[in-house]
Amino acid sequence: MSEQQQGGATVTGAESLVKSLEAAGVTDIFGIPGGAILPAYDPLMDSPIRHILVRHEQGAGHAAQGYAAASGRVGVCMATSGPGATNLVTPIADAHMDSVPMVAVTGQVPAAAIGSDAFQEADIRGITMPITKHNFLVTDPAEIPRTIAEAFHLASTGRPGPVLVDVAKSALQAMTTFTWPTEIHLPGYRPVTRPHAKQIREAARLILDARRPVLYVGGGTIRSGASKELLTIAELTGMPVVTTLMARGAFPDSHPQHLGMPGMHGTVAAVAGLQKSDLIISLGARFDDRVTGLLDSFAPGAKVIHADIDPAEIGKNRHADVPIVGDVREVLIDLITTLRTEADAGNTGDYEAWVQFLAGVKAKYPVGYDKPADGGLAPQYVLERLGAMAPDAIYTAGVGQHQMWAAHYVKYERPNTWINSGGLGTMGFAVPAAMGAKVAMPDSVVWAVDGDGCFQMTNQELATCAINNIPIKVAIINNESLGMVRQWQTLFYNSRYSNTDLHTGPEVRIPDFVKLADAYGCVGLACESPDDVDATIAKAMEINDVPVVVDFRVHRDAMVWPMVAAGTSNDDIKYARDLAPQFDEDEL
Amino acid sequence: MAHHTLSVLVENKPGVLARIAALFSRRGFNIESLAVGPTEHDEISRMTIVVNVDDSPLEQVTKQLNKLVEVIKIVELDSTAAVQRELVLVKVGATPETRGQVLDAVELFRAKVVDVTTDAVTIQAIGNAGKIADFLRVVEPFGIRELVQSGVIAIGRGPRSISERGKPVAVPVPPAANA
Repeated sequence: MSEQQQGGATVTGAESLVKSLEAAGVTDIFGIPGGAILPAYDPLMDSPIRHILVRHEQGAGHAAQGYAAASGRVGVCMATSGPGATNLVTPIADAHMDSVPMVAVTGQVPAAAIGSDAFQEADIRGITMPITKHNFLVTDPAEIPRTIAEAFHLASTGRPGPVLVDVAKSALQAMTTFTWPTEIHLPGYRPVTRPHAKQIREAARLILDARRPVLYVGGGTIRSGASKELLTIAELTGMPVVTTLMARGAFPDSHPQHLGMPGMHGTVAAVAGLQKSDLIISLGARFDDRVTGLLDSFAPGAKVIHADIDPAEIGKNRHADVPIVGDVREVLIDLITTLRTEADAGNTGDYEAWVQFLAGVKAKYPVGYDKPADGGLAPQYVLERLGAMAPDAIYTAGVGQHQMWAAHYVKYERPNTWINSGGLGTMGFAVPAAMGAKVAMPDSVVWAVDGDGCFQMTNQELATCAINNIPIKVAIINNESLGMVRQWQTLFYNSRYSNTDLHTGPEVRIPDFVKLADAYGCVGLACESPDDVDATIAKAMEINDVPVVVDFRVHRDAMVWPMVAAGTSNDDIKYARDLAPQFDEDEL
Repeated sequence: MAHHTLSVLVENKPGVLARIAALFSRRGFNIESLAVGPTEHDEISRMTIVVNVDDSPLEQVTKQLNKLVEVIKIVELDSTAAVQRELVLVKVGATPETRGQVLDAVELFRAKVVDVTTDAVTIQAIGNAGKIADFLRVVEPFGIRELVQSGVIAIGRGPRSISERGKPVAVPVPPAANA
């Protein structure tokens, strides 16, 4: 190392790349070799970095995301040029939407061939421009260390996000010198993390004057590691809390001030808590359409304090009365200090009536479900039991009904234990993300909650898990269909089920998930009756040497409630089909 | 909606123009005019972008532009406090009968003839958008055979420079970003 730091070790570009990744602190990479990236795989063989050979580049990308989301460290994936790189596009877009710190390294055709439509050439830098925080094309081997240092700096600071480094094969093969830079010069990149004192004072004044405030907690709170500060400010002020899909776990579900998840499938209390508030304190959230519903009718009586590290999010969808640019954790630390000073001077907010009102709503409209009349298995019950029996696990999910049930019925007490694809809504996220999470946190139990549709998009990574001793557990919530689409067909398309039947049961099982698990060297289990759920989960929890796949064959017609239909107002929330909550607003 | 002129200082690196053009297109903004060129600093290029948007979406596009790592600074130049110029080269029909009138127009607009043939002249005119439009209206009856126009470039009035650089910001590399 000292030799490198003094500068001047003569190496190939490929060796320089691997040394740079080591210097950046990388310990694990998910990837697949191929022609253009091949030079890098030779020195990788001698590196202490663990490279996990996945079965599809999309799996490498989602694994890097799961790794990053579980640990807070930068996730790294690697692929070759052309199709290898384009297969990373979905996870890169996903990481961009959900602000996941990730570095993707791709090989590119030799510099002289760039632009000639060479074999396996794709302009991945051009393709990923709109879905990366930043990206690079390196053709000069001398640029490799500086570029890698900048990529990790960009991915992990400010609003985190994916950074792609495309390296021409000729740069990997050429001789160069390796010198790890000591400084980074990015004149156009200066993220603001310290909030402005004047804005903090103004925010504190609004908080003290409000009668119906709510802490609207988004994924930025998790990324900034601000859970402790969130708990402090919530308990200091008594304000109710909602946690978005991206923020589940940022605030303990068991806490009495927690109203649950807001949005299209949010709890009645969380939706009402935002909708009827007079002050929304947004912490690393972005007023996504899945939270606000019809924007014009969202929380009409609320002023907004909007704290975010990305100034472009502030005022994008909803006007901010008090904009605060800064890291959520630093914002909360300063707000807590100011509010404590006010409290010492006898100034506290009066939210008593509001808290009582919401407690009433929460008690009257808990998240619930009907047990199937035929004695079949309710998917919600499976997740309720899973959450109860594996309370310390990390959960990942795909996208759809199972994701919403996993968000509601598993109870999250700690940050970074709920990992899902929120913004992009990528089906197939769960299995590879669980693989990445397990690699990052090998001592944690990792459950992938997946749908039968999602699971069939990325289950090839079970091979990677089985071979590389990554014993994840998969709970397939198998309702034999693309369940969320089917739910919309039930509600909005007169129950005409166009192309949503997957035939994964009950008459034929294509594929048979138990056999499939077995074929991949995993343990496959099946469960059809509520009476067997606990025993099946217990059995899965006992197996820790190989991955386990459980086929939970659930009631097909179960639907996700509550629901705010797309494009309608949050005032029109239904907590079950055709059932709208009645708010006794005289209590307010 | 109103015209806004943005001066954008960017790092002089390959792909910057593509990033900026793609950002406008992706966020649904139409660029009316775009001019790119070098500045007094070798490593910095300057883009002058004219967009036709309301104030609130303009704020959003400015913030999104600022997020591009290679964008160093964005300044909106108010037309009353800035000099704006564009350049047009136009090939106008000019027979012996009409040539005198065409040259009068050139004289009136302080334009310049840069090429002459027996039946046409090529004129170079410089000015703000209004002056260029007026000039083209005057020569149009003689027959415009070909026209090429630059994007607007603009510079603020007064002694100050928007590219005066603060201290270069150097961030120490974390010894291990993953540790």
